[in-house]
Amino acid sequence: MTGSKTPPPAKTVDEGLERGIAGLTEERIRRIIRRVLAGETGARLKAYVDTCIHCGLCSEACHFFLSRDRDPAYSPVGKVKQTLWEILRRDGRVSPDFIKEARIIASTHCNLCKRCAMYCPFGIDVAYLMLVVRRICHLLGVTPLYIQDTAHSHAATLNQMWVKDDEWIDTLMWQEEEARGEIPDLRIPLEKEGADILYSVIGPEPKFQAQLIYQAAVILHVAGVDWTMPATPGWDNSDMAMFVGDNELMGRLKRAHFETAARLRVNRIVMGECGHAFRSVYDVGNRWLGWSMPPIPIVHAIDFYHELLEEGRIRVARRFEEPVTLHDPCNVVRGGGLHEKARAVIRRTCAQLIEMEPNREHNYCCCAGGGVINCGPPYKKHRVESNRVKAEQIAAAKLKGAKVVITPCHNCHSGIEDIIHHYELGVETRFLGDILYQVMEKP
Amino acid sequence: MNELYRLATGPLLWAAFAVFVGGSLYRLLELFLLARRRERFLFTYFSLRYGLRSIAHWVVPFAATNWRRHPALTAVTFAFHLCLLLTPIFLLAHIVLWEEAWNVSWPALPDDWAIGMSFVVIGGCLFFFARRRVVPEVAYVTSASDYGILLLTAAPFVTGVIAYLQWFDVRLFTVLHVLSGEAMLVAVPFTRIRHMLFAPLTRAYMGSEFGAVRHARDW
Amino acid sequence: MNRFTDGSWNPAIFDLPLSSWRERFLGVEEIQASPSGDAAAAIVRLGQEGFTVCVNGETWPEPYEKLWHLRYAPDGRLVALGSREGEWTVVVNGVAWENRFSFVWNPLFSDEGGRIAVAFQQDMAYGMAVDDVPWEESFPNLTHPLLSPDGASCAAVVQTEPLNEGDIFKYRQGIYTAAVGGRPWERRFMNAWSPAFRPDGGSLAAAVRLGPSDYTIAVDATPWEETFACVWDPLFHPQRRTVLAPVRRGGSWWLAEDGRILWDRPFVQLWQQRVSADGKRIAAVVAPSFGRWTVAVDGRPWKADAGEMVSDPCFSPDGGRLAARFKEAGRWTVAVDGRVWNQRRGMVFSPVFSPDGSRVCVRFKDKGRFGYLLDDRPWELAAEAAWDPVFSPDGDRLLLRSLEQGVFRRRVLPLADFGKV
Ligand code: SF4
Ligand code: SF4
Repeated sequence: MTGSKTPPPAKTVDEGLERGIAGLTEERIRRIIRRVLAGETGARLKAYVDTCIHCGLCSEACHFFLSRDRDPAYSPVGKVKQTLWEILRRDGRVSPDFIKEARIIASTHCNLCKRCAMYCPFGIDVAYLMLVVRRICHLLGVTPLYIQDTAHSHAATLNQMWVKDDEWIDTLMWQEEEARGEIPDLRIPLEKEGADILYSVIGPEPKFQAQLIYQAAVILHVAGVDWTMPATPGWDNSDMAMFVGDNELMGRLKRAHFETAARLRVNRIVMGECGHAFRSVYDVGNRWLGWSMPPIPIVHAIDFYHELLEEGRIRVARRFEEPVTLHDPCNVVRGGGLHEKARAVIRRTCAQLIEMEPNREHNYCCCAGGGVINCGPPYKKHRVESNRVKAEQIAAAKLKGAKVVITPCHNCHSGIEDIIHHYELGVETRFLGDILYQVMEKP
Repeated sequence: MNELYRLATGPLLWAAFAVFVGGSLYRLLELFLLARRRERFLFTYFSLRYGLRSIAHWVVPFAATNWRRHPALTAVTFAFHLCLLLTPIFLLAHIVLWEEAWNVSWPALPDDWAIGMSFVVIGGCLFFFARRRVVPEVAYVTSASDYGILLLTAAPFVTGVIAYLQWFDVRLFTVLHVLSGEAMLVAVPFTRIRHMLFAPLTRAYMGSEFGAVRHARDW
Repeated sequence: MNRFTDGSWNPAIFDLPLSSWRERFLGVEEIQASPSGDAAAAIVRLGQEGFTVCVNGETWPEPYEKLWHLRYAPDGRLVALGSREGEWTVVVNGVAWENRFSFVWNPLFSDEGGRIAVAFQQDMAYGMAVDDVPWEESFPNLTHPLLSPDGASCAAVVQTEPLNEGDIFKYRQGIYTAAVGGRPWERRFMNAWSPAFRPDGGSLAAAVRLGPSDYTIAVDATPWEETFACVWDPLFHPQRRTVLAPVRRGGSWWLAEDGRILWDRPFVQLWQQRVSADGKRIAAVVAPSFGRWTVAVDGRPWKADAGEMVSDPCFSPDGGRLAARFKEAGRWTVAVDGRVWNQRRGMVFSPVFSPDGSRVCVRFKDKGRFGYLLDDRPWELAAEAAWDPVFSPDGDRLLLRSLEQGVFRRRVLPLADFGKV
């Protein structure tokens, strides 16, 4: 790992990694690597590794590279060089320390945002290559502690936040009760078989942000949607298993989610404002299970708000006054093409939109996605420092008058908040739902 | 020397072409079979329309965002690849050989042009070499093989130009030219020059995923 | 209770207007229909007092601060979960259990409906209760509550020790297992999921994870000798008393029986395995190739397939026929014995066989309106709600329950009259 201008991030102490490598032998490392390379990878890995011409053109795609003064170790191909190329070159004969470093690079120096695939002339998918590295590290039991804990929660409770079966229901009832203070006949219909829509959220909503469920309930109620929420596990659409490399667990979570929707006989799943969850249900988890597309259509909140506004089911009472800017979440923009719909929703709900540059598919990632924020406090400083370009984007939008950054994704929301705080940008973050709830006509 | 020339333009040339064509086909087939065996789902997402849409944006100079960000590199890259492919095909001396062997021929480039284009290729190699030395993110991922490839690519053009201009021993450089050209052909399936085979596939795959599934542009 | 039907299988239509309920109460939740169709009920909202249940127009004697999850048990008893003074309990036909809990959820009924179980949380300790009798032992957490078909035992996956968030090391040592009747298995696992009882309730199997990537099935605490890259839910074979489970090996899914591969070919996916009542045939939902779904019977997939989803395979009572739900291009339909119906709807519910297996009827919903399909023949009732069809024991008649223009309607009709009335 030579040639890097800045020293590697201050040695993080992550027990998940330290104790993970403690019991590793080189022999086992080699065996697992071979198993993954021979059994789980194929044409993509081969084509990507063989085709890469080492041109470095992907570098400027990556916010890590740009934010870290063009440190080549943070260029997309630079990360591949330090991890997968070494593994291939040494035919899997790498040390436990190497595995630890590779895990840090693959899990905390890359958000799997796929921006680089739009900058590499060959469309080489570095995010996929980083996932291969993550997979190897998972099978070796070397995973940052915080995100491993989250994956453990997924396995034990089928949600991300250790929310117990009763706590989930209790939270929904509590939010229903709260919302009835505002709209007396509002309901959060539980277990309504045959409803049109299943509304699904990520674990942190009931755990920390229950007001988002309240807001969604108000929006769905006012729009007259025939909807339901499950009173069983399977309600959580999030997926840290996908990001640690535990594909089997990812499959279990996505199966539970889709089968819950199927059990309730709904036509569509509408999900809250989450990007990684969209990726997980839309084109990753479903594929692992053998579904080429989601078996039950997944409608991201942006898309759904757009539909409700276009159809006039939600009307805007007074538009949001303060000028806003929009952060395009990678997973629903580069991953789902929702950028124009997000803008259409903002045009209807806000008085003024000030664009960040670059935007739409060319947005910079928030640096929280891909499970990076979920690796926890040990990596936080590195994470916010690795997204100076985002701070600059936001600052430029603020100079033009923006006071609020709309971030229609949970990870982005938290990531951008950290950036705003760290760089003292003095703007606010809001979900699109926050805005819609605030400006809509209510009975 | 005549012996060597005859060998180089005879059996060796045949062998080089055979290895080039056979090896390239083998590489493509190998990739296809690998995908069929382990990642069959990839075929589900391949879309001709979106694959071509993506390729179109990347084979037209400055059509992709990243091409526009690097005007010099883009200009050199396109000129280099164009000349690299066209010069050997439309060089009069090569066409004559084809005609002798197969009785086929096609219009040739004026020799001046061909020389000029060869210089473009050589210049391109020098540019890429310099880039590998000077640009940190390129230097970081450059290995000996990358220089090797540049050398392999430049060699037939350098020797060809020298032979044509009769600077040194013409016969020696003609033989060297033939041999280095053959070396390059043979190298295609076995070095990273095979990006020329795989690039359309990787680009088309990413284009398909972005276009048909993700509803987004990838350029 | 106000009886509005004769409760018989004589062909007739009985109507129960519900529109007055909307005037009587502040709110009326989803209508529930009794299995025999002679009652309709809903949770209704009173003023300050909270909620009660209205059955055929009569309310339960006592209101509750909150009521939810109103369901009819198979034996016709009406069950809801209710709270008073911050405590929760199970309310059966308006009568609350003696026991009170901090929370109750997931009510379960035995096949005949004679027994009712529920998961509870009491002061942050978790357990289950059957017919008002709570487990003696409780746990830091409980998931996957389950009642045996005969109602004799109940089980769940339990966490046996408290775990601090972030303690990934203790987790890996194994703090999960299955508990039957409140008694946890001796052995602990990294994870346990989807317990399944032998039909007689005498044995329990569960999917378990022994290590981060070692999965298998444990039967009465003993794991199979073979481990796999992944496994799905186990199912007991009723006659052979073996356990069937989908297992993943070499990147494909196989059907295994007691740890040994049963079917001779793998699939891209395989789940929802079912055994016919006579035990002679085994079926499962499979994906023979990526993105294509169908049903396989004894390892042989049907030729007909669907691209979006196939689910809920079910055998006829005699085991001779097999139906499943198929979804293609956003529309649902039914496939029976490999033949896909022509009628497609926005949603079809579970197919129901006549007792002799010769007829199949299913409820559907399209553009918000309900109707039925009988052997691929539609009846567009345009109902606001409808319930699964019921065949008479001799299979000649159908009982249909629907909500049409605010009227709950119980229809008994000869099959020949399907679609006519
Ligand atoms: S963070 Fe995004 S741009 Fe950077 S390497 Fe990862 S996928 Fe590529
Ligand atoms: S742009 Fe593509 S080919 Fe060039 S170094 Fe990056 S991944 Fe390799």
